[in-house]
Amino acid sequence: MNFDLFFQYIVAGITYGTIYAVVAIGFNIIYNATGIINFAQGEFVMLGGMTAVTLHRYLPLPSAILAAVIITMLVGALIEIFFIRWLRNPSVLRMIIITIGLSILIRETALHIWGEGVKALPYFTGTSVTSIKLGGVYVSPQVLWAVGISAIMVALLSAFFSYTMTGKQMRACSANREAARLCGINAKNMVTFSFMLSAAIGAIGGCIVCPITYVQYDSGTPLAIKGFTVAILGGLGNSMAAVAAGLVLGILESFSIWFMPAAYKDVISISILLIILFVRPSGLFGSSEAARLKEY
Amino acid sequence: MKRVSFFAAIFMAVAMLCAPAFGADTIKVGAILAVTGPASFLGAPEAKTLEMMTEEINNKGGIMGKKIDLIIKDSGASPEKALSFAKQLIEEDKVLAIIGPSTSGETMKIKNVAEEGKTILLSCAAAEVIVNPVAKYVFKTPQKDSYAVVKIFQQMKKMNLSKVGVLSSNTGFGKAGKEQIEKLAPEYGIQIVANEVYDKAATDLTAEVTKVKASGAQAILNWSIEPAQAIVIKNARQIGFKGPIFQSHGFGNIKYVEAAGPAANGVIFPAGRLLVANSLPKSNPQRAVLLKYKKDYESRYKDEVSTFGGHAYDAMLVLTKAIEKAHSTNEEAVRNAIEDLKGVVGTGGIFNFSPEDHNGLSIDAFDMLTVKNGKFAILHK
Repeated sequence: MNFDLFFQYIVAGITYGTIYAVVAIGFNIIYNATGIINFAQGEFVMLGGMTAVTLHRYLPLPSAILAAVIITMLVGALIEIFFIRWLRNPSVLRMIIITIGLSILIRETALHIWGEGVKALPYFTGTSVTSIKLGGVYVSPQVLWAVGISAIMVALLSAFFSYTMTGKQMRACSANREAARLCGINAKNMVTFSFMLSAAIGAIGGCIVCPITYVQYDSGTPLAIKGFTVAILGGLGNSMAAVAAGLVLGILESFSIWFMPAAYKDVISISILLIILFVRPSGLFGSSEAARLKEY
Repeated sequence: MKRVSFFAAIFMAVAMLCAPAFGADTIKVGAILAVTGPASFLGAPEAKTLEMMTEEINNKGGIMGKKIDLIIKDSGASPEKALSFAKQLIEEDKVLAIIGPSTSGETMKIKNVAEEGKTILLSCAAAEVIVNPVAKYVFKTPQKDSYAVVKIFQQMKKMNLSKVGVLSSNTGFGKAGKEQIEKLAPEYGIQIVANEVYDKAATDLTAEVTKVKASGAQAILNWSIEPAQAIVIKNARQIGFKGPIFQSHGFGNIKYVEAAGPAANGVIFPAGRLLVANSLPKSNPQRAVLLKYKKDYESRYKDEVSTFGGHAYDAMLVLTKAIEKAHSTNEEAVRNAIEDLKGVVGTGGIFNFSPEDHNGLSIDAFDMLTVKNGKFAILHK
């Protein structure tokens, strides 16, 4: 393997990794606020992409994306208000089954609205054949957009959770909901807010990767599986770790093609998921002590 | 409790009133199609086409005065579902024939069931194994994949290409195509320098095309029916692959061209003539059939035709012609009539069935097409 080829694989890996990381961050936000895994997270990504494609017929690209993100946020809020909010002390299993049911519901609705066709947003800069040549390595400008926007998103998120009152309140709810309520925090609203936030992040992710991967009514599920793997790999609830874990998995997958038939690419991610679950359930970057202290 | 049974009784009564009058004066035709799921771009236009044709036939008074009762089952491209639907259609609904399934994997799964149930199966899937070896009750309307491979290799020879990187998806269609490519390549002096299989749900194939490019391939040949075939060309151009890209006859859907954008320009693939119906010479015997189907479908569904819907069109056409020829709705008589059909002009080509050939199309059913400025065009080279 020569130098150029090595870096071309790295670039491919970063592309995959960014997509996975964005989905994983969405998982983490809801997990932090409620302790549940929202298996409809992949559908938020699909909804964001689909809505943006439809709106782009009438609006310029930036406003179409903005509107799509807002619409997906509203869907996230409605889902929480109608299906999650009124449950009293639901068990984790019940919540998981509800979110799986929701994902099927959203998918089928999308099939009725948009049909079965593949759709795509135009490239933010250039076209599907444009690429930037760095030495012997070709990079699509959309990959740079995806990496850049994801990086900004992660930075804003961590600032939000560390420095704003709402962010701190959400973290308080995640640490101990009962205590947070006693301090006067409206825990229920925080849960709604976490659904909106993760729907928005999913939708942004859907818009930035949609020129690369296309979007179809059922493209959410495979993304959710990869995103879930990455969230577990990084340690549930830790968004920074999810980015690192996403890149690790993406680069592993991309290099695996060199020595294994490409069809086995997914074997890698599922094997990693199983190994992590058996050996280190708190994730690569999580501390097992902290995981034990959290009670759900 | 009493109230519940009262409502149930009313419901039953209404349901019975609403049900169409079944009986000896209808011809039951089943269809197992991947209307949703990963192969929905095959199944959805197929189902729409069948609904449109059934309505047209029934409005004209049916075949020999009998209306067609079409029962469409959505398999979601799952062979297991296709199998249980096939059993249901044969044993419970007692259909005369089954149109579909949409994919090769599903068709192979239900081939034996149709054979044992003595029910005519008109598959809309491409793989050659469906009709080779011949099974008594199993027919198919799409062109054989071996002809598609031969057409591509002939074109490659014309263009002096000998080193080819092959990509295929891990579906029945991809596997069958890969086997044909590997079998036929030596005959045409084509050397396969890379041979990669990817998952049908793949969203980015940069790593795969990087490997193909590194192998020194002069051209890429991709064999799949999923959105991945649009991703392949895009990723190949992004990493700076300059050689020609060939696709299978699965590329015959303008949505992939739209999705791939400018990257789709110059892609070469074999296809039936439906996609270029408007530019066919007036003398072409298929022209009238193709233009009518295109106009009917596009005005009804506000959507562009694809060759896949055409396969279902041909299946229904063959079935109705055979019923008319046999002048009977007896399964055995209709089956024998299909084997006797000659010169049936369909969307995929001109069908000449025989007891040895249950596909009925020759290699001339394919033309080499290309993409010019986002539109399909006949390749002139």
